[in-house]
Amino acid sequence: MSAAEEVVAEGHEAVEAVPKRAMTLGTGTSLVVLAALLIAPVFVKNFIIFQMTMLLIYGLAVLALNILTGGSGQFSLGQSAFYAVGAYTTAVLMEYFNVNYALTIPISATVCFGFGYLFGKPALRLSGVYLALATFALATAMPQLLKLNFLEHWTGGVQGLVVTKPDAPFGLPMSQDMWLYYFTLVVTIAIYIFSVNLLRSRSGRAFMAIRDNEIAASSMGVNVALYKTLAFGVSAGITGVAGSLGAIAVQFVAPDSYTITLAISLFLGMVVGGVGWLPGSFVGAAFIIFVPNMAESISKGLSGAVFGVLLFLVIYLVPHGARQVAILGQQLAGKLKKN
Amino acid sequence: MELFTNQVLAGIATGAIYACMALAVVMIYQAIDHLNFAQGEMAMFATFVSWQLMQWGVPYWAAFVITLVFAFVGGVAIERILFKPLAKAPVLTNVAGFIALFAIINSSAGLIWDFTIKQYPTPFGSSPFLGSQLISTHQAGMIGVTVLLLIGLYFFFQYTRIGLAMRAAASVPESARLVGINTSWMIALGWGMASAIGAIAGMLIAPVVFLEPNMMGGVLIYGFAAAVLGGLTSPFGAVVGGFLMGIFENLAGTYIPGVGNELKLPIALALIISVLVVKPAGLFGRHIVKRV
Repeated sequence: MSAAEEVVAEGHEAVEAVPKRAMTLGTGTSLVVLAALLIAPVFVKNFIIFQMTMLLIYGLAVLALNILTGGSGQFSLGQSAFYAVGAYTTAVLMEYFNVNYALTIPISATVCFGFGYLFGKPALRLSGVYLALATFALATAMPQLLKLNFLEHWTGGVQGLVVTKPDAPFGLPMSQDMWLYYFTLVVTIAIYIFSVNLLRSRSGRAFMAIRDNEIAASSMGVNVALYKTLAFGVSAGITGVAGSLGAIAVQFVAPDSYTITLAISLFLGMVVGGVGWLPGSFVGAAFIIFVPNMAESISKGLSGAVFGVLLFLVIYLVPHGARQVAILGQQLAGKLKKN
Repeated sequence: MELFTNQVLAGIATGAIYACMALAVVMIYQAIDHLNFAQGEMAMFATFVSWQLMQWGVPYWAAFVITLVFAFVGGVAIERILFKPLAKAPVLTNVAGFIALFAIINSSAGLIWDFTIKQYPTPFGSSPFLGSQLISTHQAGMIGVTVLLLIGLYFFFQYTRIGLAMRAAASVPESARLVGINTSWMIALGWGMASAIGAIAGMLIAPVVFLEPNMMGGVLIYGFAAAVLGGLTSPFGAVVGGFLMGIFENLAGTYIPGVGNELKLPIALALIISVLVVKPAGLFGRHIVKRV
């Protein structure tokens, strides 16, 4: 092998650089979206409210992956494992210790943060495809670990656990679904604001410096090991919150709900939404929730193929995901204003 | 001790399956620098085509050759039609494309040939090999074919002009273009070859795991793991990695208490990760040096 082969061509980054400004929406747009999210449940049926709740939950999970991949440039196929840990933490606390559902969420965030942080330690040595394999291993192992005999007393083994859905507090005249929706919405907004601020902070800049050029970052004094594991921890923590909310919304946890398929869906959600664009996470979540159903309704036997074709269409038209659409929209709006 | 030798032998036999698939994975990684998640499904589809040909009365070896040609042309066509337009898109978008391709092939195969499990013939017979209960002649044949394939690939890449051109296109595309190599077609050729190797793997594996649209799921995971273990840049490493995977898996199943079929994979993967933590480029991979 010649020396030339040993050198990786420059400018061949795995994750493209997204400036931090471009990672969020403008204030006006945010307010409109927020208003729509607040009012919408009043007009729709319970099932649709449930789907909107799931959309927010998956949106959070995609957002977490986005912080990890779009922010710090690390790739993970293991998000389903963190999601499972969050879901089980909530389920076990609620069913065995009668902890209030709202209190389980910070607990599972902490547990998952620790888990992700510890997992990030050995993963430091790996990058790219190798990291993908390591996280993938975590995702395939998780359902099996949850089924282990000595954990069965807590996890309920293959059968899983049933979680009770909370009623609206203070005697509010709301259905359980609607209350859970607003509860999820509040958590989502809090985490979204946290994430935006995180990426704008010193830590966020460190993440992005590592993503763009690890060697340059470390020579500028960024503690690469610390921030890489921190990114893993934060991402796992947020995914854990999503898992907790998911367990409450679905009212059920079982090992086979958290297989590698979930991790792959979350990954697709991130790509469709635009890697490194936080609001896109929710667009991506909508894609992974609604498009498989749509494909099923178009053709039962060929639903997989229809899904694949739709996915291809999306990545052909907008290889950079929903972010590209948003940028185009902004440019159009700018032109209109000038005229 | 006898148990140990037996388990190692059995591990080598299953390892041959993984080695085959790992070889296909490394081939395409060399050509396009990505792991193709749809590789297993492409192999499965090709295997179904050969099965269909045999159902129509074509003899085994004729079907084998026709399928190889089909897989090669199919691989080139997929690259030209689906992935060439994505060449400039981000890497992660390409990965999403592989997942889409996976879904399309899997679901179409399910529709054409349905999901029932089918028997697949073997050209080597399935009597015990040299009197051993653990390795059948089919498994021995499989190991033989894998080794032959490896030697063939070595000569192809090392001693032919086109092999040299492919290596050049994969490692330094800009310079390769300057000396007149059509790098775009080299990538297509890489896809074709990987697809054909995958088809061989599929046809060798099918008698063991039986033919059905999801037959490659597990095998591909092991194949990936084997390729990563051996080092993604080394076809030889991939084959060694495949055999090691098989042995690992069998020994873990035998000696670690409480490990059933379901935990074999996580344990094998955990072992691989431990290897990677010590040697991040795999056992035989070359270290990638970054220019600062």
